[in-house]
Amino acid sequence: MTQPVLKVNQVRKSYGAEVVLEDISFSVPVHTATVFIGSSGSGKSTLLRCINLLDQIDDGSIELDGEDITAVDADVDKVRRKLGIVFQSFNLFPHMKVIDNITLAPMKVQGISKEVARENAYKLLDRFGLHDKAQDYPDRLSGGQQQRVAIIRSIAVAPRLLLLDEITSALDPVLVNEVLSTVRDLKIEGMTMVLATHEMGFAKQVADEVCFLHHGKILEWGTPTQILEAPQQPETKEFLKRVHEAGRL
Amino acid sequence: MSNEIGRPSESDSGAAPYNFGGEWKPSQLEIDRRAARKERNRRNAAIAIISSIFVIGGLALVAVTSPGWKSLSDTFFAWAYGVEVLPKIILGFGTNVALTLIASVCVGIFGLSIALIRTSRSPALAPFRILATVYVDVFRGIPMLLVLLLVGFGIPALRIKGLTNNVLILGTLAVVITYTAYVAEVIRSGILTIHPSQRAAARSLGLSHFQSLRFVVLPQAFRRVTPPLLNDLVALIKDTGLVSILGVTDAVRAAQIASSRSFNYTPYVMAAIIFLLVTIPLTRFTDRTLRRSIERQNATGVA
Ligand SMILES: Nc1ncnc2c1ncn2[C@@H]1O[C@H](COP(=O)(O)OP(=O)(O)OP(=O)(O)O)[C@@H](O)[C@H]1O
Ligand SMILES: [Mg+2]
Repeated sequence: MTQPVLKVNQVRKSYGAEVVLEDISFSVPVHTATVFIGSSGSGKSTLLRCINLLDQIDDGSIELDGEDITAVDADVDKVRRKLGIVFQSFNLFPHMKVIDNITLAPMKVQGISKEVARENAYKLLDRFGLHDKAQDYPDRLSGGQQQRVAIIRSIAVAPRLLLLDEITSALDPVLVNEVLSTVRDLKIEGMTMVLATHEMGFAKQVADEVCFLHHGKILEWGTPTQILEAPQQPETKEFLKRVHEAGRL
Repeated sequence: MSNEIGRPSESDSGAAPYNFGGEWKPSQLEIDRRAARKERNRRNAAIAIISSIFVIGGLALVAVTSPGWKSLSDTFFAWAYGVEVLPKIILGFGTNVALTLIASVCVGIFGLSIALIRTSRSPALAPFRILATVYVDVFRGIPMLLVLLLVGFGIPALRIKGLTNNVLILGTLAVVITYTAYVAEVIRSGILTIHPSQRAAARSLGLSHFQSLRFVVLPQAFRRVTPPLLNDLVALIKDTGLVSILGVTDAVRAAQIASSRSFNYTPYVMAAIIFLLVTIPLTRFTDRTLRRSIERQNATGVA
């Protein structure tokens, strides 16, 4: 059996007295997508931030390709180079053109020449239908286009694992689809991903495994069909019922 | 058709229907509107000109016809004498320019360093952070004139060998010390306005702490603080005139010498005009930069 890309072991995280993550364990095999669902405040963003080492965990460990990235002597910059993260609020660099947003990390972090970095960036922009936006500043783009640029920016460094945190919740419904289809394409191409989302329909389409997070604990996990259609736990049922009522299923 | 979707265009009301893809010609409605706007602008300009002539002309008339005007113009506006001493004042102004250039480069470098130290969180820099804070608090809080006197007369009084008592160097030093404190604060405030998510995005792409600063945080911070920095530059140019109290022969000192020789104040007016020739264009430029940066922030700020 091959080793999973990501392995999270009994991770715990608290902010002061508030325990945000408790005994979180799961693993993500290569080329698969693990989707976290759960109500607001259940700890989804915190989990992704911990994996990306933007936040420090209080207990447990996280392994990337079998290497403990939460070890005291782990090289944070090196770990981050293997991880891509896309945020809910895009966080593009407003003072740089789209193309420069994308080529910054390949050039400065990976030391790729400007010509090659640009060539790769244009290939990615082409593939996601954004070629004509390369020379624009981010604020000239629609929300959906900005988010797709943010996705391209994080895959331009060819990460081992891509973390996507509610990447569509700042977008209106029409734009959601173009972003989701971008993620679906990535999934088909074999990108390994961990996602947090409120879009259950989307979760069903891309997830290999769905985890339901409730007050910082994984209450239930399984295939999308198991969790989304035949949940066992009362909390999961309750959550899905509320999502259903809000018209998101 | 009865179940038409959307509103039909009201082509009979004079406004041509919008023609997608075809060449666009302004409708009669728009042509009229433009003509009306043009007319209104012309009228506004005329009103502005006429009222300016009245107000400014009236004020000038009052000044010139007042009983003190003769002695006033003899004392301050003796142009013949002014032109005579002008070369000396311009020569002195060269010192102000040189001082400004040297000081602004030094202030830029030191100000940026102090801003970076104060915004860093590295534990190794903790003592420097404290020192930088004290420095900024002290030198922003005392008049520059005092700093000039302390440095310009105080340092030579120490009589330490190897330490300069060249007043020009000491004067520059005093200016740099004071303005570094101001500029450091301006730059620091710029850095603090950049949202932490920008740094997080940079770091998550694998950029180092230094690279995130260099490529993401500082370029944005500098854009925001360009207008206040230009303001400080204007203030710096003016304040270089203060070094004259140390005996540096700058424009102010040259004017002072010329004036005391003849008991006429025209040289001071000449010096003032020379300063204005530099500071007014710079101030206009600052205004324009500020306006542009506000426009840019309004364009992006909403999202
Ligand atoms: N920096 C912080 N300091 C203190 N508490 C925090 C911090 N960040 C998050 N929390 C708390 O941690 C809990 C989980 O937050 P988190 O953002 O991970 O939730 P989430 O599942 O992503 O919610 P949402 O769906 O609304 O994005 C919340 O109760 C929140 O108040
Ligand atoms: Mg969240």
